[in-house]
Amino acid sequence: MAEITYEGKTFEVDEDGFLLKFEEWCPEWVDYVKESEGISEISEDHQKILDFLQDYYRKNGIAPMVRILSKNTGFKLKQVYELFPSGPGKGACKMAGLPKPTGCV
Amino acid sequence: MAKHATPMLDQLETGPWPSFVSDIKQEAAMRAANPKGLDYQIPVDCPDDLLGVLELSYNDGETHWKHGGIVGVFGYGGGVIGRYCDQPEMFPGVAHFHTVRLNQPAGKYYTTDFLRQLCDIWDLRGSGLTNMHGATGDIVLLGTTTPQLEEIFWEVTHNMDNDLGGSGSNLRTPAACLGESRCEYACYDTQAASYNLTMEYQDELHRPAFPYKFKFKFDGCPNGCVAAMARSDFSVVGTWKDSIKIDQEAVAAYVAGEFKPNAGAHSGKDWGAFDIEAEVINRCPSAAMKWEGGKLAIDRSECVRCMHCINTMPRALHIGDERGASILCGAKAPILDGAQMSSLVVPFVEAKGDFDEIKEVVENIWDWWMEEGKNRERLGETMRRLSLQKLLEVVGQEPSAHNVQEPRHNPYIFFKEEEVPGGWDRDINEYRKRHQR
Repeated sequence: MAEITYEGKTFEVDEDGFLLKFEEWCPEWVDYVKESEGISEISEDHQKILDFLQDYYRKNGIAPMVRILSKNTGFKLKQVYELFPSGPGKGACKMAGLPKPTGCV
Repeated sequence: MAKHATPMLDQLETGPWPSFVSDIKQEAAMRAANPKGLDYQIPVDCPDDLLGVLELSYNDGETHWKHGGIVGVFGYGGGVIGRYCDQPEMFPGVAHFHTVRLNQPAGKYYTTDFLRQLCDIWDLRGSGLTNMHGATGDIVLLGTTTPQLEEIFWEVTHNMDNDLGGSGSNLRTPAACLGESRCEYACYDTQAASYNLTMEYQDELHRPAFPYKFKFKFDGCPNGCVAAMARSDFSVVGTWKDSIKIDQEAVAAYVAGEFKPNAGAHSGKDWGAFDIEAEVINRCPSAAMKWEGGKLAIDRSECVRCMHCINTMPRALHIGDERGASILCGAKAPILDGAQMSSLVVPFVEAKGDFDEIKEVVENIWDWWMEEGKNRERLGETMRRLSLQKLLEVVGQEPSAHNVQEPRHNPYIFFKEEEVPGGWDRDINEYRKRHQR
């Protein structure tokens, strides 16, 4: 697996650029990933989604369903895609440091 | 000269069936020769390495693809199936081997011009290998690298006016039988329905918003040539309401042996002369047919429209003129709680114009399932957990005998409180006045 160094921090990632360990997440990670996910600036709205994903994951050990993400953050799916062009899974979950989505994708 | 020795795969070049091994080898040789002088954007020996890793799997009896893979294009949450080899040093040509799903035209009719354009893009930016088509219907471009995904997407949308198909927890690519394009059994325009609903629900197809995957399929009649009832959560199957049309002269021609039964489908074996009694009348599942005095009669009220008589004598018997479709829901493969075929929900619905009646049912079901469905729960499983009654309620379909094969045999029957005089609020003391402890 690849190791990435950015702003003095090292991250272990898989081929798809997902963090292997949630504990390695730090604000620099978001800064490092954002460009590859088509995001130039992290706004408050971005942060709100990232915070919710992390809280939910810490509490429940899984990523929330899309519907739950929308309900809790108040962002419709369309807005989520405006914020994270590759979507809540590949975009937001990756930036929040959550494990890679699995299953029949 | 092949890059890897493939003694086991080589055996699959013998025999009469078209050999996938010979075909892949041909593509590998074509890429090596590169007669068009292409600047290949992924390793030129990608198909060689695919054969190499496959031979290794034949030896080990194990797959050599890593778990999962999340790649895609901006704006969409699905459409590409990421895949990485677990022996990338040995087979660098397939270190990345992502699959791109492209939405296919309904009925899969093509022009060579379209296919040539597609092959030109794929030759340059992919492995040169495909699956025509995936089981859900998509054109499958088999094997490319992550940096090529946006390139392929750009070319396909800008130069070919085509889009990606679906993947993930969303509406997957719909598919239809070829319908009225070349079948006299088609009760509605299945291709138009498939196209219309695909366009209507682009957002639901490209951006996963559902508890789990959801599929549409459109069959023109109960023969089920696209297997809607087995392979789609929402199955639309054409049928008719009035009588089967009988051409008595053509029936006589079948009986006389002028026309071959089943359009000659059984001509590979001698089954004797056509016997209308044995092959049609006595095979009718509801015994709704009569053959008397050289005339065929069908009791419309008993006919279940199974297609058998029409299939057997297509030149003499035709579907009725009052056409539409049935909607059945819930088909799925075994995981998690067992395989299901679709269950009849709406016995007859209009299927023309913009298919508004069908869309209304779709949207009512989505509203309910998106709210009530659990994570990774197919519609068929939600129906089991929350009951067929609930589904009929959300669709606005009055329950009828058509909705069941047979009534329940257990007495665990729920009533709504408002249906029961006095409701559920009872005082035990009132009861005790009449019944001592």
